[in-house]
Amino acid sequence: MGIKRRDFIKTSAIAAAASSIGMALPKELQAAPPDTSEGGWRWDKAVCRFCGTGCGIMVATKKDKIVAVKGDPAAPVNRGLNCIKGYFNAKIMYGADRLKQPLMRVDENGNFSKNGKFKPVSWKKAYDEIEKQMRRSLNELGPTGIAVFGSGQYTVQEGYAMAKLMKAGFRSNNIDPNARHCMASAVVGFIQTYGIDEPAGNYDDIELTDTVVTWGANMAEMHPVLWSRVTDRKLSNPKRVKIINLSTYTNRCSDLADVEIIFKPHTDLAIWNYIAREIVYNSPDAIDKAFIDKYTAFVTGHVDTGYGMRTPDHPGFTDKERETVKREVSKKISEREAVTLNYLGYKEGDTLEMKHRAAANAHWVIAFEEFKKALEPYTLDYVARLAKGNDEEDLASFKVKLKLLSSLYIEKNRKVVSFWTMGMNQHTRGVWVNEQAYMVHLLLGKQAKPGNGAFSLTGQPSACGTAREVGTFAHRLPADMVVANPKHREVSEKLWKIPKGTLNPKVGSHIMKIFRDLEDGKIKFAWVNVCNPFMCTANAKHWLKTARTMDNFIVVSDSYPGVSAKVADLVLPVAMIYEKWGAYGNAERRTQHWKQQVVPVGDAMPDLWQYVEISKRFKLKDVWGAKNIPGLEGGLPDVLDDAKKMGYDPEDTLFDVLFANEEAKSYQWPDPIGEGFHNTEAEGDGRKIIGADGKEWNGYGFFIQKYLWEEYRKFGEGKAHDYADFDTYHKVRGLKWPVVDGKETQWRFNSKYDPYARKEGIGEFAFYGKALKTIPQGTLKGPDSTKGKVDLKNKAKIFFRPYMDPPEMPDDNYPLWLCTGRVLEHWHSGTMTMRVPELYRAVPEALCYMHPEDASKFGTQQGDLIWVESRRGKVKAHVETRGRNRPPKGLIYVPWFDEKVLINKVCLDATDPQSKQTDFKKCAVKIYKA
Amino acid sequence: MADKGVKNGRRKALKLMFRDIGLAGLGGIVWGATATKLKASELTLRPPGALLEEDFLKACIRCGNCVEACPYDTLKLADIDDHASAGSPFFIPRTTPCYMCPDVPCIPACPSGALDAATIPKEESHEKKAIPDVEKARMGIAVIDQESCLAYWGIQCDACYRACPLMGEAITLEMKRNERTGKHALLEPVVHRDVCTGCGMCEHACVTEKAAIFVLPRAVATGMVGKHYIKGWEREDERRLKELKDKKEKTSKPEDILNNWESLFGDD
Repeated sequence: MGIKRRDFIKTSAIAAAASSIGMALPKELQAAPPDTSEGGWRWDKAVCRFCGTGCGIMVATKKDKIVAVKGDPAAPVNRGLNCIKGYFNAKIMYGADRLKQPLMRVDENGNFSKNGKFKPVSWKKAYDEIEKQMRRSLNELGPTGIAVFGSGQYTVQEGYAMAKLMKAGFRSNNIDPNARHCMASAVVGFIQTYGIDEPAGNYDDIELTDTVVTWGANMAEMHPVLWSRVTDRKLSNPKRVKIINLSTYTNRCSDLADVEIIFKPHTDLAIWNYIAREIVYNSPDAIDKAFIDKYTAFVTGHVDTGYGMRTPDHPGFTDKERETVKREVSKKISEREAVTLNYLGYKEGDTLEMKHRAAANAHWVIAFEEFKKALEPYTLDYVARLAKGNDEEDLASFKVKLKLLSSLYIEKNRKVVSFWTMGMNQHTRGVWVNEQAYMVHLLLGKQAKPGNGAFSLTGQPSACGTAREVGTFAHRLPADMVVANPKHREVSEKLWKIPKGTLNPKVGSHIMKIFRDLEDGKIKFAWVNVCNPFMCTANAKHWLKTARTMDNFIVVSDSYPGVSAKVADLVLPVAMIYEKWGAYGNAERRTQHWKQQVVPVGDAMPDLWQYVEISKRFKLKDVWGAKNIPGLEGGLPDVLDDAKKMGYDPEDTLFDVLFANEEAKSYQWPDPIGEGFHNTEAEGDGRKIIGADGKEWNGYGFFIQKYLWEEYRKFGEGKAHDYADFDTYHKVRGLKWPVVDGKETQWRFNSKYDPYARKEGIGEFAFYGKALKTIPQGTLKGPDSTKGKVDLKNKAKIFFRPYMDPPEMPDDNYPLWLCTGRVLEHWHSGTMTMRVPELYRAVPEALCYMHPEDASKFGTQQGDLIWVESRRGKVKAHVETRGRNRPPKGLIYVPWFDEKVLINKVCLDATDPQSKQTDFKKCAVKIYKA
Repeated sequence: MADKGVKNGRRKALKLMFRDIGLAGLGGIVWGATATKLKASELTLRPPGALLEEDFLKACIRCGNCVEACPYDTLKLADIDDHASAGSPFFIPRTTPCYMCPDVPCIPACPSGALDAATIPKEESHEKKAIPDVEKARMGIAVIDQESCLAYWGIQCDACYRACPLMGEAITLEMKRNERTGKHALLEPVVHRDVCTGCGMCEHACVTEKAAIFVLPRAVATGMVGKHYIKGWEREDERRLKELKDKKEKTSKPEDILNNWESLFGDD
């Protein structure tokens, strides 16, 4: 069997790309694939269900079942390989307790009852109840009375459909993804620094760099396929290539690292400033002066911004909780902060009143001299004392490491990539520390160049593709637009063909606030989409109790019965990844689509169908009249008259207007691109499911997934967020946006590679992002209202951000730091991977990793069952003093995948005040034998 | 947990049965006699501190105390139809590995010396309490079938490595460039037999259908190099010479061989 012409072209293109960065072509690609069609199975391309790496896989289907997967040899990310989770993609859909029919809490008469037991109900009964409960909340509380827990694991089309339904339909901005928990700080860092979201570089930076520095990123376990590329790079030139692992405990990355730097939690803020100080004070020649002058500006912001907690007067708090929460409004300046906040005149023991909690995002331009002055305290001596995280290490050796770290960054002609994930994002100053990474890279001119750059990795498979790019956040619209901006609303209203003024300008509730609003009775209907928020959210006891004891209605769409389903009122069975059409976007801006390979199991239906079906239950007259919005003067206008002018009837349903309009119907099904494949949404699938209207489901009759994609991509067209058309993605192994003239973009902001940078015509670079580019001027102390605003068009910002303590630190009563995270074997809350017998056996429970001396200090030892207790709650876990994670004395690590060890009961729900992302990496606990 | 009750009940019954036999005063002799005849127990993994298999089977009185003492239900008693090893304690790592309790409770529970703390070096900090260092126990050795090991395929697995209680010592990862993909290193697990305890955590964690890493008794899994050749590249290897014992060399008379010259024409 010969290579088809198209494959040949593709192969040549890959070969050209490979040779341009000096790589060997995988052998698989040099040979034609074996013809396996006679075996009765079909191979088709798809993408791994799990992390943000975005490995391509091939899926084998036989008799309407996924029978096998293989790594896709043509996928540039992984070239035929996978990690241990990806290896099990074929098994995740067939767990014994897969949800196969709607289940509702009902009384003896089969009617909904908050205290009833779960019993199977028809799709129609389920939807009758959803409609009833949504109407009840909307009538009582208005658009803000309902909420959606969205996801970084939504397909692009699912996230787009739900965002459109909530924002354009129900006029509620209360949709926020679990991705808030994983990369919101990265987003704010990007927007504030560049005016546009997502990394400049791509994974090829790994093969092109000389130095990989991991900052709070255990890539060896969380991005294993990328780590194998880092490892290969190291092996390719062991002397030249240096790997530095910065972490608060020894993890698997240290195996490869030349240097491991164990720092005290939160002191990454000081270490970045130390590097900047070394550059500015001791190696000014290393500053790329031409670059700095032309393409950057120095800025800073407020420090008295709180920690994203509720104020201590909230009645829901216990006295113990208040010990920490009181710092939300004011705190005593510590000995450490007396040094780092000295530039604002603070001394040890002073009270810092949190006056700018509501203006945490504000920032202004300062002079370079001011920037330099602020860095002054971050001497090697001060930072080493502050940051050394391992008591057993001597200060001198720690200093040597810090010095080496800074010298690697500074070294001329040495390329450096800094990778980070949750360590820097889940941080009460996460935005700051993201901005500090750009500070160092920009000072050195080592950003947006092949092999050089600060690179924020994402955790979820479509945290970038869906959560960020589609904008399933409480404040966002597609393509980096925001609801608060009238121009952005106007653009969106036009594209969505809805009346001007329909969109709600008031930012909705972020994920923490949705929970808090539920507890405060401000939200009474919540729908959980493709995530498990009751397990993955800090201070979980509050939210679990809220779900079960208060007057509200929680719908959970899921594939397996997890924690959120257990506390829900209605559980809807969903189709899993290869049971539906979809697309994900990975951490290097690569968008990858796949086709529905099999019919969903049981009566499970695609998430997209579930969202669209509810739109049939609401008419324009229900939602587009005048609406009251708390905190929005005048509320939302009545737009029904304008709607009539546009040709809509108040009796039209949201389905008619948002999803089954003329344009939608122009995308016909069948379509040649889907030949031979199912499309449950478009035409049903032979199961004769009795649908939400009580009638047999036979499909929408048009290619809804293609319609949603084609409509969605208009938002970014011409705005440096361009995608290719739907069909193209079904022929290639993903493309990195912006896709301009059919070509993907390797390095953004770099005129050599990015047509948008070139278009600006100002030189080698252009940081052309549009957001937050006109800002005030001022000094380190604050903005100066007498000076006008400055326009930073095409410039990136270099932030000065100081070190501050986190809101809760170990003390006599709670003497240990608690850090949470993942393990390689399990994905997130384990709903899928804990059901794969092999992965379950490999890691059946979450252990409490700790230093053996801490174990004996607290009267326990390896294997013992202990309580881990904070001011908020406690859980039992077994002690592990050996194995993969080796914390220094004073810190314990408990992963969160195991619902039997629900560690989020213990965690603190403090967030970064700007990004609203929770800090899951730091709170204070005690341990004792159970 | 009803299942566990049944299991425990069965275990108790077995234990009592064997104890009765032991009490009859025949135990040691009976078992000792059959042990040498049958090789059925060659592939059996014993608790930490077990004597060499032959001695162990002679010494073990099948009292089941070690099984009772094991907090993880790792140890089982062999069925009566298991011939030689009937009633003796063993474990199957794929089902439940030895979790290497720091206080090794199975050893002090043994009344007969079949599990002997003296076979394991003591942990320094525990010297006074005479607790053996379980990390020096030698229950078996993990062996890797490279053909079915995912890590050798290039899959980023190393589940065994992370499960190993002596991670980085008993199992290390050998990093190699993957020429097939050109950019993804292979991280191949390698077992170090001088450190591996044979606890079987790796075998338990292995995600292949039948474990690609599995524990075998040391005697089965190890080869031995003659002491007549010492590694020129490893100073330590000379230690093997110390173990050299005086041995009477076999001799034969050369003239007898010569005088057998007619055998050269044996075919004629």
